[in-house]
This record gives sequence, C-alpha cells and structure tokens, in this order.
Amino acid sequence: MSEKNPSVGTYILVFMALLVLAALTTGIAYIDLGPFNTVIALAIAVVKMSLVGLFFMHLWYSPGLNRIVVLAGFFWLALMISFTLADVFTPPVDKYFRSLTKFPVLHFQIFFTGYC
Amino acid sequence: MSESAASSPLAVPPRESPHSASPALHHQFEVIEQQRDAGNFGMWVFLATEMLFFGGVFTDYIIYRSLYYSGFAAGSHGLEIDLGAAMMFVLLASSFTMAMAVHAAREGKHRPLIGFLTATIILGVAFLGMKFTEYFHKWQEHMVPGLNFHPALESLRGAPERTVELFMCFYFFMTGLHALHMIIGIGLLTVMTILAWRGKISRENYNRVEVSGLYWHFVDIIWIYLFPLLYLIGGRYK
Repeated sequence: MSEKNPSVGTYILVFMALLVLAALTTGIAYIDLGPFNTVIALAIAVVKMSLVGLFFMHLWYSPGLNRIVVLAGFFWLALMISFTLADVFTPPVDKYFRSLTKFPVLHFQIFFTGYC
Repeated sequence: MSESAASSPLAVPPRESPHSASPALHHQFEVIEQQRDAGNFGMWVFLATEMLFFGGVFTDYIIYRSLYYSGFAAGSHGLEIDLGAAMMFVLLASSFTMAMAVHAAREGKHRPLIGFLTATIILGVAFLGMKFTEYFHKWQEHMVPGLNFHPALESLRGAPERTVELFMCFYFFMTGLHALHMIIGIGLLTVMTILAWRGKISRENYNRVEVSGLYWHFVDIIWIYLFPLLYLIGGRYK
C-alpha cells in the first residue's frame, strides 16, 4: 500500500499553478498567434489536467493499477476519435476511383483549415 | 503443553482477525488498505467510462468544428469569456477545497472536513449559478437553438446562421452534460457532509470521501477542456 500522500503545501502549490495557467490561457486568447492559439490553449489544458490528476487525484502516489486504468481510458478515447475521423474525412472508395485527382488533398484540407 | 488432551491436532487456533479490530472493514477484504485500494480502483474504472461518455461529444465537436469553423468561431465570440474564466477559477478553487477535504478526512480531522466539504458545495453552487446566468443571457439574445433562435445579424459575423445554431447546440449539450455532473457531484458531497456531521466518517472509512473527491476532480477536468474548446475558438483579438 502506498501510504505516501501529498502535504498541504503541495496542494497549495498545485492550486497556485492551476490559477496561473487558467489566467494564462485566457490572456493568450487576446494575442493573435494564428493556428497556435488552439494548440497552446489545448497544451495548457493538458498540463492543467495532469496537475489535477497527479496531485489532487493522487495518481502520482497511487498503485500502478489505477494509472493503467487511466491509460486504458485514453487509449480507447484515441481509438474512438481517430477511427471516427478517418471515416468522416475519407470519401467512399468508389468515389475515389471516379475522381482520382482530388481525393486526399480536398478532404484533409477541410480538416486542417478548420483549426486555423 | 500439558493440555494436549483438550486441543486435538485438527482444532484451528483462534486467529487474530482484523475484522474484529475495525468494524469499517467489510468481510470480503483482508485489511483496510486493500478495501481502500479496491474502492479507488472501482472509481477509476467508472471515470474511464465517463471519459468515453464525454469523449463521444468531444469527437462530434472535432468533426463539426473542422467542417463549419466560421460558425463555431462566431458562436464562440458570442459567449462571455469573462464569465467562462470566472467559472474556471471557481471550479479550480472547488477542486482545491475538495483535495483539502480528503486530506482532512485522512488525518481524521473532523471540523476541517466539514468546513472544506461545505466550501466545495458552495463553490459548486456558485459555478451553477454563473452557468445558468449565462444560459439566461443566451435566451435573451435569442441564441437558444430550436426553442428561441433569432440571433442579431452582428452576432453571426458573416457565418451561415445554421452553423452558428449548430455551435450553440454543442454549447448547450456539452455544458448541460457538465452541469448535470456538477449537480450529481453536489448531491454526493451533501451526503458526505451529512455523514461527517453525524460523525460517520473516520480515518478508517474516509475512502467514501476520497472517491467522491475523484469524481469531483474529474468534473473539474472536463471544464478544463470545455473552457478553451467553447470559449476560446479563434482567439479574442481584433
């Protein structure tokens, strides 16, 4: 049993870091960074999630089994998102054979311009 | 060794059972730590299913945002970013008080436990109050899809009306699902506060507070993603 637990100081430190990151993500929205606005906002969200997960939810201190469950959750999430996107942004095969010229460019352009 | 006649070799010697020592220990577990780990593991498995539950909406969001970006950006600019950021701060503070409540419960500190649980509930209710204030503003701006959608021309920002309506569908569905989880979480914490008030939470069975805390932090993490995805599309410059 892992009986090591974070101290009150750790919680306060993590809370301060979360507040700073929340202010940062709001502030950066007012600066024009083109497509990087979304990238940075999501990167900050991932950092915040990790802080909450590791310290507030004690993943840093918990048995490996709990961490495996979290990784499994992310794995299935990645499967769901990637396979769904592959389906949506790929035209049917017969359409591909009819218009060989345009297929990959057009659809992936739609996907990427959506984030700029 | 002279009582060998009374004790046959088949008699099982009375074992020192941990169950008689701690009434909080359920009979299927050997020691209290095992019971606690099993409780946490069960909650994590539930949270993994919750990840996929929310993941479905997030997947749809990714698809439709890439297809109708202009409508999503226009809808996002119509949301109140200061209110959204304030909700972010309130929820982070509630996560902090929740972590402190679990800490107090582990240390067996009765009064701080009740105090931090109450603070978490108050912050959660404040979050919901701000959320429903924003819903009310959306109703006044006629931005509620289906029921009341006649937005002013400037709030469309040149995007097709139907795509802005689609964004508002996502906004209400995602934040509504999140608000539902908040309400459930507040209910859980209310039960925990009542239990703590009655002195039913001890150092031995504080696991129920810990597990409610895991749920609460998970709901916080969902908002950590909803805030940039709904409020910060395309930035706020110009």
